[in-house]
Amino acid sequence: MSGTRFIRDQRFFEEDNASYVAEVPVEDAPALETSEGKFLGKSVERYDGYHKVSGTALYTIDRQLKHALAARALRSPHPHAKIKKIDSSKAEALEGVMAVLHHGNAPDIPWHRDSKLFDTHLRYAGDEVALVVASTADVATEALNLVHVEYEVLPHETRTMEAMDDRAPELHDEGRLQGGEPATYARGEVEPALESADAVVSRSFTTATCVHNPTEPHNSVVFWDDDRLTVYDSTQGVFAMRNTLAEKLQIPASSIRVICPAMGGGFGCKLELSKHTVMAALAARQLGRPVSVVLDRREMNLAVGNRPNSIQHLRAAGTRDGQLTALVTDSYGMVGAYPSNAWMNWPLVVMYQCPNVSVTHRNVYSNLGPGRAFRAPGFPQGTFALDQVIDELAEALGIDTLELCQRNMATASQASGTPYTSKKLAECYERGAEAIGWSTRRNREPGSGAGPRKRGIGMASQVWGGGGGPPAGVTVMIQRDGSVQVVSGTQDIGTGTFTILQQTVAEALEIPLESISVRVGDTDGAPYGPLSGGSQTAPSMTPAAWSAGLELKQALLQGVAAGAEVPLESLSYADGEVRGTEQNWSLAEAMQVMREQTLVRTGLRAANAEGKIICSFGAQFVEVEVDTETGRIDVLRVVAAHDIGRVLNRRLLENQFEGGIMQGIGMALMEERVVDDVEGKVLSANLLDYRMPVMANTPEIEVIIPENIDTVANNLGVKGVGEPPIIPTAGAIANAVYNATGVRMTELPMTPDRVLMALLGAEEVSR
Amino acid sequence: MPTRDKPVDPGRRTFIKTLGVGVAGATAVGAMGPEADAEESPALPAGTQILDLTVNGKRHRLHVESRTTLAELLRDELGFTGTKVACNRGMCGTCTVLLDGLAVYSCHTLALDAHGKQVLTVEGLMKGEELHPLQQAFVDHDGLQCGYCTPGQVMAAEALLRENPEPSRADIEAGMAGNLCRCGAYPKIIESIESMKGGR
Repeated sequence: MSGTRFIRDQRFFEEDNASYVAEVPVEDAPALETSEGKFLGKSVERYDGYHKVSGTALYTIDRQLKHALAARALRSPHPHAKIKKIDSSKAEALEGVMAVLHHGNAPDIPWHRDSKLFDTHLRYAGDEVALVVASTADVATEALNLVHVEYEVLPHETRTMEAMDDRAPELHDEGRLQGGEPATYARGEVEPALESADAVVSRSFTTATCVHNPTEPHNSVVFWDDDRLTVYDSTQGVFAMRNTLAEKLQIPASSIRVICPAMGGGFGCKLELSKHTVMAALAARQLGRPVSVVLDRREMNLAVGNRPNSIQHLRAAGTRDGQLTALVTDSYGMVGAYPSNAWMNWPLVVMYQCPNVSVTHRNVYSNLGPGRAFRAPGFPQGTFALDQVIDELAEALGIDTLELCQRNMATASQASGTPYTSKKLAECYERGAEAIGWSTRRNREPGSGAGPRKRGIGMASQVWGGGGGPPAGVTVMIQRDGSVQVVSGTQDIGTGTFTILQQTVAEALEIPLESISVRVGDTDGAPYGPLSGGSQTAPSMTPAAWSAGLELKQALLQGVAAGAEVPLESLSYADGEVRGTEQNWSLAEAMQVMREQTLVRTGLRAANAEGKIICSFGAQFVEVEVDTETGRIDVLRVVAAHDIGRVLNRRLLENQFEGGIMQGIGMALMEERVVDDVEGKVLSANLLDYRMPVMANTPEIEVIIPENIDTVANNLGVKGVGEPPIIPTAGAIANAVYNATGVRMTELPMTPDRVLMALLGAEEVSR
Repeated sequence: MPTRDKPVDPGRRTFIKTLGVGVAGATAVGAMGPEADAEESPALPAGTQILDLTVNGKRHRLHVESRTTLAELLRDELGFTGTKVACNRGMCGTCTVLLDGLAVYSCHTLALDAHGKQVLTVEGLMKGEELHPLQQAFVDHDGLQCGYCTPGQVMAAEALLRENPEPSRADIEAGMAGNLCRCGAYPKIIESIESMKGGR
């Protein structure tokens, strides 16, 4: 390795700018310039496909340890209360119950802000009160009913606007708004721009709270071996889980091993440590037995995060020559009972070239389960509002929407002025529009189609970070028999991390995929891997794997030169062999000639380019059919054209795009956490009442990726694909519904009743 | 839609028919049926009954609590963890297995309802270590992402294809309507199933 240095990397992660100190190579490995590699870019089979279809993949929930106890959390039945007294004696007397942990007997561990692991102040219906540990989950469930808790019930508020009112309860020391005051952003001067514009449009939007609902519930299986803690956890970040767990338990991180080789979906809710895991670790230590804790579907819908709702009041101004001159928003989002982030204004701030922007946003506390990052946090709800006012402004200015977007493409970050490493949005617009038939098949007059079933076409744009960066490491080892092992502390959350690491090392060492095994999802003996979120796994990990592979090639040449006593200059490397003037050595032969047991290199992700920002871009074009008699919307076709850098694996990429679009359709048409505000309780805490897309909701989806090997971004030219697919879907569907019906849908989800009400409202106005 | 079979008839006729005369005749307890067992045999743990079923071709005879679901039996008692549970309320299809050839939600089926029946789980589709053609189709077409709902998807698809080897797109949507995939891998699941049309 050419030596390392320490840098401070600043980049956008999930919902805000983040800063990381990282060790990076002084010199990065040479970039792979070709777009079509021998393995990279190919639709090779998913590395763990066999195990997932055969049922042999071991998820956390499948870890059945001998003598394991089962734990369940007792949760507050009230949206706001204080615990006056807790008596667990009856529960403890039940046969099979081993312990009941609560604030009276468990360690005092700080949690969010002014709250605790076992708090006596309960801020939402579902907040943790106690942990019951028993011989089986059934016994633990039975014992939950036997814990006697005397509550002092307090006034609650679950409505966003009302929760800011002086009469609403204050849940934290900083008041009713997270951060104590509104968050603001401004550039230029919006008032003069609004006054001098040729058209100003103004509209309000609301989007519902959505729940992640991954199929594998949150669950942890933990055990202690002396003072070492092993945690099987369904998580999006084994290292992050280890480090926060170490902080909470006040033990060294090096004493904790977190394992998660197979994980049943997260979409953001498994990015952070949850209370149940810490409680289970405490119980396991106390009882000297493994403890397993599995959340049920109701808990999944109450207590482990959501995409916060939004209330957005937007104004947009432009001139007849197609310049976007002002964007203003006043927005609100409910963070719930504990800090999270309901900000949704990044698209408005950075998507389009616009000199005058003003944002005021409020993160509102309320007596409901707190939010967590959910696939492109904030961006889909922000784009839903933004791209509808863009569509409306275009109409007011007499300009085609697509043309307005094209004319206002930002050439540099609108927030910082920093230029992009690459941007192929123009090609996305062009090819997406072509594929959907934008100029020929769209209704010139919105709602002008004949009959009760009306078709329409709409579009929306996408911007996201997703460039990844350091710190991130991948270790590659060649064993004595020539087989290769890849080890990294990243994880595969269903996105294909195993597969793309295998492909990258195969590409670097020019060896067959079958000779490479990959281990991720285990902190032990693995170099650091960041959280799998923010579309950062592929662009952080594959460049590091590429570096490790190339360094191994050099090591092999040097080793064979020394072992076979031939000049280094006489050797070269091709097709997985060290080649000499008279003899070639396969990897196994090379290892034997140098008498090495293993040859190891750890590739570190190099620093991102200074003075540049890495973003992915795209646009989706959607055709819908609206049944104006029933209010039902059918999404017929989605064309997704996105610039995400190099395509590592076409089939896996398509799959991820299709999945993101399906979730976008869910958000657009059906997903909504329903709350009884009087009782302060969630009514949709199951998979029937919380509607999610089924197979019949699947439209025809076409994915278009412009060729862009962005080697300014990293040595493989990769940008992440996790988040971009979901960002523009709901906005594009809403614009398509407008094109079909001539009516704006300003509320998500666009359920049949809301569509009918909107159509009815429009009729009344036109009468 | 997955169907829940009618409750097990605990009477002797079904039981004898299931076990075959030889086996049933061998023990008086068996011949009296599971309910009689609970009352008359002091050796039988309280609240349990005898369950006799075949899982992936292998017969099992064991004591189960009446409230045990088929999913719990498969996962916790018999170790077939390929069958996953996601909602435990019969709302998502993740736990789908075949019961006498019909797709059922195993989280929503009592283990005792499988008495005398044939259960097929995702592990049972395999021939040794070799994938069943339908499982291979899910690999070839990448009909999965996180993989957690996949065993249920595969089993629902197997039930669909057994009943209708040439399903149309609408047939597939109807046959698979009871199986949620939160990753949204539906387009690739459809491809996987469509590739099985025309025999295997």
